[in-house]
Amino acid sequence: MENILREGSAKTPAVNFDSASGVLELKGRSIPENSVEFYKPLNDWIENYGANPKEKTIVDIKLEYFNTSSSKCILDLFKKLESLKTKGAEVLVNWYYEEDDEDMEEAGEDYQAIIKLPFNMIEVEEI
Amino acid sequence: MSLKRIFKLYRTMEMEDIILSFNGIVTADFLASVLHLMETKMQSLDETSKRKKKVFNVLVECIQNLYHHIDDDISLQGKTKKEPRTALIMVVKNKEGFLIQTGNYIERELAIELEERLIKINSLDKEQLRDYYQSVLCNGTVSDKGTAGLGMIDIARKSGNKLEYEFLDIDENHCFFSLNVKID
Repeated sequence: MENILREGSAKTPAVNFDSASGVLELKGRSIPENSVEFYKPLNDWIENYGANPKEKTIVDIKLEYFNTSSSKCILDLFKKLESLKTKGAEVLVNWYYEEDDEDMEEAGEDYQAIIKLPFNMIEVEEI
Repeated sequence: MSLKRIFKLYRTMEMEDIILSFNGIVTADFLASVLHLMETKMQSLDETSKRKKKVFNVLVECIQNLYHHIDDDISLQGKTKKEPRTALIMVVKNKEGFLIQTGNYIERELAIELEERLIKINSLDKEQLRDYYQSVLCNGTVSDKGTAGLGMIDIARKSGNKLEYEFLDIDENHCFFSLNVKID
């Protein structure tokens, strides 16, 4: 299947979904007015990927910040990933946040509380 | 109209530490421009990245709230002239921190709903606010506009302070909504 490789913009994160390696990355800021438009293709991709997922899928979330419109879409994305487990695939989320950025750390913990996937909380100097 | 007004307005903004002020139509491009402006301002202010992000985040939510919820066509009775989708947005930087302030006309019916939500948000402490956010995130639905009903909750969480607001009566069907968000 085709990979998704998108550069980041002022309002949308860079996307690198690689079906061959099973590594899915979102990086940058996510503040589009209508997030559904941006995230729908990503969700569709995960659904297709789910038909034949890698044994282990790594999800790298490296967001500086995101708006509330994106937060719902990101939840849907995690839900899609959660469903890969029923196929026996392993999914690991690496949630990156910058030093002292409690808001992004808490945002990761919010998803962790809702989604039944293992989360690695990774503090870095700069995203 | 006296030209002295320009100086007076300038002085007012100076005295009140207003570092950014916009009164006009809120468009999607507008947000990108404001963020760009603020980024430049913040660089010269030598702010911590934590505070910078909070200011950006709250500003984004405030502006997108306005963008999504402001009325397309408000026809006010009386003498108030108004373009559709117009709002006032200000950023204040003083010794205590930042203030993000917005003002816009709103239909009375929507004002009543909004006030109920604000009363609820202000009644919650940090942990309760977090639980509330998570429950709306899980159970809420996304509208056609891509909004999820999380905006004000998120603004309150990021701010860490109670939201200050006021609804002024304009006419039978309209109010003017003022919001002041503090970021220490």
